[in-house]
Amino acid sequence: MIGPDTAGTPGGAGRRGTPDGADAMTVGGADGRDTPGGAGSGGEAVIRRAGEHGLLVETGALEASHRLDALLRADRPDGVVEIVPGPATVLVVAPGADLPRLRSRLSLLMRTAAAPGAGAAAADGVVTVPVVYDGADLGEVAALTGLSPREVVERHTGRELVVGWLGFAPGFAYLTGLDPVLHVPRLATPRTSVPAGAVAIAGPYSAVYPAASPGGWRLLGRSPMPVWDVAADPPAVLTPGTRVRFEAVTG
Amino acid sequence: MIEVIAPGPYATVQDLGRPGYGHLGVPRSGAADAPSLRLANRLVGNPQEAAGIELTFGGARLRLSAGAWVALTGASCPVELLVPGGPGTSGAEAGDQEIDARHERRGADGREADTGDARGLRREPGAEIPGGRGLRRDLRAGMYAPFWVPAGGLVRVGTPATGLRTYLAVRGGVDVPPVLGSRSTDSLSGLGPAPLSPGATLPVGPARELAPITVDAAPPPPAARTPVRLLAGPRDDWFVPDAPAALCARPYEVSQDSNRVGVRLRGAVLKRAVDGELPSEGMVAGALQVPPDGQPIVFLADHPPTGGYPVIAVVAPADLARIAQLRPGDTVRFRL
Repeated sequence: MIGPDTAGTPGGAGRRGTPDGADAMTVGGADGRDTPGGAGSGGEAVIRRAGEHGLLVETGALEASHRLDALLRADRPDGVVEIVPGPATVLVVAPGADLPRLRSRLSLLMRTAAAPGAGAAAADGVVTVPVVYDGADLGEVAALTGLSPREVVERHTGRELVVGWLGFAPGFAYLTGLDPVLHVPRLATPRTSVPAGAVAIAGPYSAVYPAASPGGWRLLGRSPMPVWDVAADPPAVLTPGTRVRFEAVTG
Repeated sequence: MIEVIAPGPYATVQDLGRPGYGHLGVPRSGAADAPSLRLANRLVGNPQEAAGIELTFGGARLRLSAGAWVALTGASCPVELLVPGGPGTSGAEAGDQEIDARHERRGADGREADTGDARGLRREPGAEIPGGRGLRRDLRAGMYAPFWVPAGGLVRVGTPATGLRTYLAVRGGVDVPPVLGSRSTDSLSGLGPAPLSPGATLPVGPARELAPITVDAAPPPPAARTPVRLLAGPRDDWFVPDAPAALCARPYEVSQDSNRVGVRLRGAVLKRAVDGELPSEGMVAGALQVPPDGQPIVFLADHPPTGGYPVIAVVAPADLARIAQLRPGDTVRFRL
């Protein structure tokens, strides 16, 4: 039976899975590790067909994805309804559009986006995210990294991160550029509920949980700053390409 | 207002979803079989993007507190309309006047002429429902044609013999508050209204500004026997050269654990030529995502906007509604 099911209860029974990729249907390889494929630099961009209405541009790198994303949003081609940047691609969905024409446009834009010294995608300034570093896993992360809890906080606040892309849940931003010392594995057993605002790390990423959900990332603290609000425009504070700096505050 | 007496196995409010937020991790959502919802809306004179109710395996009982035109499309179910006015009740007069006025406004049309005067029909002998507390059966209700439900009328939807999802549109549309521009329940992210539960009430929008109802009935789509069309890629090169042939050689069976996110298929294993992991990338509805077990999942309306398993092919948009109507145990055949 399909029923109310397995399907209809996100947040219940872990249907939704966690960013760990426990569920093939919802996640899978959300990791963005280095991979085969990719456009590389020079030559014509590889643009793949993604169904009748979609084109998947191989950017080969996150920065190029952000630049292409920004170019497309600044001057959106006719008929484009979705632009979804990923670590090495940008998906462009345009039902009813002239796809061959869109393809050549994307090819041209990609040349700009991939040009050496093209600079950062955009990001008007840096978003400072305040964090109360009292997370349940702070001690364990310290143990895993051989640092003191205070040093963990210093490493987490010491670098500017960049929103790579969003996934897993609305407003869930994968923050890239985490200090390699803090690259720790996810929890072996995900928590059934992580509160909204939890600041966490896993693998090469950090994130601020936009809403309460199951989660297997290690919790360093919590942010009083809401990062997701469906009534706001845009609803997400952390959009792809946004530069982020964590700042320790006292709760 | 629509009062949910029983939602059936799973029912949600759906419109055409919330496109444009994929980069923020928001699924598009919307009716799984969008053409059926659009048709139901057209049948009651709504804009095609109005919100309606998506039933899964039928089985719903819905009461309307005010009279309204209703249409049902998608998987064909037996439909029963019970209206106030049985023996011992006298409160149906206002409703009768309303329905008569509506009929006049619609003008002469074949369907109504065939069934004759609405008042006469309601008083057809033998239509009382035993134990129906003053409700009597109104025989004008059915699939693929608009029908008038008077105030207090109860729509009972049975179980479809084939297909999975049935759409109910009400003139004026289901008027729950939109979230990010859509009234759809997103089963993956939880955005939008909760799935329908007994006792839930759904406001109905105003019908005053709507165009008159001009369509009397629509033919249900014919049962398609041709294979579902696919477009190869974007990651067909991650699979062995004969994987596309394997995909199309034999039918796949729909697994039990299918839902609005995706239809899980069981059949020929699609072998990979490339090891390793794909960085997550944007996904489209209809994508055949292939996890390591080689059994494809066809993404439906609530699919995650990004995914990390390679997509071997994408269902042609014109055939996606057929996928949305597959029930567990059904088989589906593909062609590239």
